[in-house]
Order: sequence, then C-alpha cells, then structure tokens
Amino acid sequence: MTDFQTIDLLAILPEIALTALGVLVLVLDVTWRGKIRQQLGVVTAVGLFAIAALTAVFTYPAESQLLYGGMMRHDLLAFVMRLIFLVAAGFTALLSVDVDNLGRRGEYYAVLIAAVIGMNLMAASADLIMLYLALETTSISAYILAGFLFNEERSAEAGMKYFLFGAVTSTVMLFGFSLLFGFAGTTNLYQIGTTIQANSLAITVIAVLVLVGVGFKLAVFPFHFWSPDVYEGAPTPVTAFISTASKAAGFAVLLRVFLIAFDGTNLQSASNWLPLLTSIAVVTTSLGNLVALTQKNIKRLLAYSSIAHAGYALMAFTAIQSAPVQAEAVAAVVYYLVTYVLTNLTAFGVIILVAKNVGSDDVAAFAGLNKRSAGLSLAMLVAFLSLGGIPPLAGFVGKFFIFMALVKANLLWLAIVLAVNSLIALYYYLLVLNVVYNRPVAEGATEIQVSAPYRVALTALCVGVVVFGVIIAPFYDPITRIFDLVK
Amino acid sequence: MIPTSYFIILSAILFTLGAIGVLVRRNAIVIFMAIELMLNAANLAFVAFARQFGAENGQVLVFFVMTVAAAEVAIGLALIVAIFRNKQSINIDDLHELKG
Repeated sequence: MTDFQTIDLLAILPEIALTALGVLVLVLDVTWRGKIRQQLGVVTAVGLFAIAALTAVFTYPAESQLLYGGMMRHDLLAFVMRLIFLVAAGFTALLSVDVDNLGRRGEYYAVLIAAVIGMNLMAASADLIMLYLALETTSISAYILAGFLFNEERSAEAGMKYFLFGAVTSTVMLFGFSLLFGFAGTTNLYQIGTTIQANSLAITVIAVLVLVGVGFKLAVFPFHFWSPDVYEGAPTPVTAFISTASKAAGFAVLLRVFLIAFDGTNLQSASNWLPLLTSIAVVTTSLGNLVALTQKNIKRLLAYSSIAHAGYALMAFTAIQSAPVQAEAVAAVVYYLVTYVLTNLTAFGVIILVAKNVGSDDVAAFAGLNKRSAGLSLAMLVAFLSLGGIPPLAGFVGKFFIFMALVKANLLWLAIVLAVNSLIALYYYLLVLNVVYNRPVAEGATEIQVSAPYRVALTALCVGVVVFGVIIAPFYDPITRIFDLVK
Repeated sequence: MIPTSYFIILSAILFTLGAIGVLVRRNAIVIFMAIELMLNAANLAFVAFARQFGAENGQVLVFFVMTVAAAEVAIGLALIVAIFRNKQSINIDDLHELKG
C-alpha cells in the first residue's frame, strides 16, 4: 500500500465539493425564511456549475489509474461523464426555482445533489461493490425526487412505480453480480475482464441479468414501461433530470461494464451479448418512435422520444463489433449523450414554463405559443429541431456520428433503421412545432412571464445546442480517446 | 463441508420464488417482501462464493446490500404511506392515474 497522494483527493474532489454543497443547502434551508428560500435553487445551480468548472480545471486525468484499492477508476470516461451530470443537474436546479409546490425546497435540492454524487461514482466505479452502491445512491434519490409532491396523487404514484421497477431490476442485476463474482472470484471489473472466458453460455446469462438493471436506467425495451408514467407524474424538473442525467449515468455504466468486465474490446467475448444489445436497440428505437406518434401529453411524448434516443445511442455502441471503429463508436455514444442532454433539458425548460402558465401538459396547451412568448417558442424550435436531427443543431451532429460509426462498421442495415426512425421522429416533432406556430391562441391566454433563472438557463441551453452543432472538433477529438483510456 | 453448488441452487430457488412473488402479488407490501427475498438470494450466493474463494470482498458486499435494502425499504414504506393517504389502498392495480 502506497502513501496517500494528491491524486487520491483529486479523484474524488467533485464528490467532496458536492457533499459540502449539500450541507450548505440544508443549512441555508434552516436559516432562510420567507421568499428568499426560493433562491436556494440559484445557490444550488451556482454551486453545481462552480463544481463543474472546478472538475474541468483540476481533475483532468493525466493518466488512467485505479484508485482506492481498485474501487474507483480515474480516467477520461469518468471525467467527461461527471461534467455532463454536473451541468445537467445545474440546469435542473435553475429550472426548479419557480416550481411552486415544492414544499421543502432545501431537501429537494439536497436530494438532487445526492443523486449527482451517486451518478459521478457510477461513472467512476471499477468494482461491483462500488458500482452497486453508486447505482443505489442515484436510484434511491431519484425515487424520492419523483414522488416529491407526495400530496399529489400523480407524483406519489410516479414515485411508487419508479421505485417498484427500480428495486426489482436492481435486485436482478445484483443477482447477476453475484454470479459474476462466482465466475471470476473477484469483484474488480478490470480483473473480471481478464478472467472470464470468451464464448460461454453462462456469460450470456449473466450479461442478461446485468442488462436488466442497466436497461432500467436507460429505459430501453423491455424495461421502459415505467418511464412514460414516471415522466408524466413526476415534477417536470425531475422528469428533465431523470430523462437526461440518469440516462447518461446508465450509459456510463454500460460502457464500463460491457467494455471492461464483459470484455467488449475482445470481439469473441463481445459476441456473447452483442446480438442481444443490437436487437434491443432496434426494437427500442422503433417502438419509442411509433408509440410517440399517438401521444397527446407532451411529457409522455418526450418520454417515448427519449426511449427512442436511448435506442440510437445503444445502436452506436453496437458498432464496437468492428475493431477499427471501436473508439469512434464509444465517442459517438458520448457525443450523442451530450447533445441529447442539452436538447432535452431545453425542451423540458419550455414545458415547465408553459405548464405553469396554462396548468396542463397537453400538446394543445402550446397552441400559438409564438404569440404568447417569442423567446419560448424559439427555444422550443431549437429543442425540437435538434431532437429531430436538423443541422446546424447539436442533435444532427450526434446522429451523424452514430451514422458514420455504423456505416464504417459495415452495419448498413442498422444505419438504415436509424435513418427511417429519424424520419418518423421528425414527423411528430414537427407536429408539435406546428401547434406552437400555426394554431390560434386559446381564449384568454396571456403572455408567459419568464423569470431570470429560466431566461439564463434556456439561453445557455440554446447556445449550447447550437455550439455543439457548429463547433464540433474541440469537443469530439478529446472524446475519441475515451476508448483507449478506459482499457 | 457442504459444496458451494448446494448454496447456489438454494439461492436460485429463493430468487425464483421472489421473482414469482413480485409478478403475481398485488399488495405493495407483499411485493416488498418478495424483493427482499430476491436480495437475500443474491446475498446467499455472494457469501457462498466468498467462502469458496476465501475472498472477503464478497462478504463485505453483503453488509452493504443489507444497508441499501434498509434504505430502500424506508423510501418504499414512505411512498406506500403517501399512496395510502391518497387512495386508501395499497393494491398496485389501483395505481392507474397515469396512462395514455
């Protein structure tokens, strides 16, 4: 055992800072009284963005290494993912400021911060013990957030459904972990990767069990049933958070567990589970898009659309079956996550404001939004066109990289599935935009007031969506190294 | 010494029983109990393998799983109380506010 080094502290610097921020928020919650308590959201957001900056500046991993007795891995994947989670949570906190019925604000933000700690550790964990604990930290926090408005029937129901699905799937995954431990004789992901044999039925079975837990986080078929109900019933900022950060955290785990523990870099062992992942990706995307066509509630529509988006990212991951494309496939997944997180947060930001004004989440509530608030309808345009994959917005670039990875990996049929699905998706995104721009304003509708935190958040998000769609290389080039550095 | 395979078979049986319980029962508290059964099946497998390999980390994991299970039950029961206040029922078939 070597001495304690600076790197040991740096590797968990974001989590230390997050813990301090959580304590600060709880203390302010006790000391602040009256109207000023609404500013807790601003404090949380500023804190989260500051921690993101701190993480970006000080914790860039010069070399990949296992720390804390192999519990954690300090590498580029964890670094990039942490930034995604911190930024997504920061925007979520800003978008929560005006939500009236969040009674105990301090607790709400503290639980949000706890969820981010869990996600950060999910991305960094290199051991089954750490991974399970991090997953549960995230999940339990998310159950609380989904059911936070427990006096409202819908929120409590959303929390309950989320909880039941989550508890069962994580238990199945834990059983998979126990068998994995039994096969490898170690709980360290990196040691497991070197001990398991290629081509064995047992590995396939274990991969399926683990995929149940990860699939729940990603909300991919057939573990997606919870997501429309939870998205609809949970407070909308929480929906935004669960559909973006939580999904990205699931992908962080997917990448590390399947590339390292199930040895995905070795094509022979990958053949145990890749066909399964490919079929899940195809079914998830197609099902998500087809069901989204019939949705009348905007939150449910985005729920099914986000199921489809998880399918796209999963498709990109399946391109690892061609050895020269592996690095590009992983980079495509990560870049897609970045674009998707920014875009979806924008969409939910607009929905929060409109739903607060109109009191309904129906698509019809958006009728004539351009006459009620030009800024909001513009944000809606940016978000939905980016979701639909229209250049020069981020969503287009994300899809483009997936398409390129699939074509280079000789998976032309998957690329065609992706293209057809993008067209179907574009149709229902444009239907929503049609309501926003071409329908007459409802009787008695007023102009929608956008308060400062929301204006800042939506402007920053829209700028982000455009920047990631135009300036690509400075972001894409570093993440192509994730694959080499994760090994 | 009892062979490890006996423990794993028992663990698989317990896990299956728990899974069946989750699928067929409708009372939220009974579903919780079934989930606990599944968790303990995984715990049993961990301990059995840990004994076989002489590796402590499998046993340590079990303590963490118990802690997590306790936290999960706390949240679950809180949600059940919230649901019961709204609906006077904890039958999960009565949870149908949200659908589309």
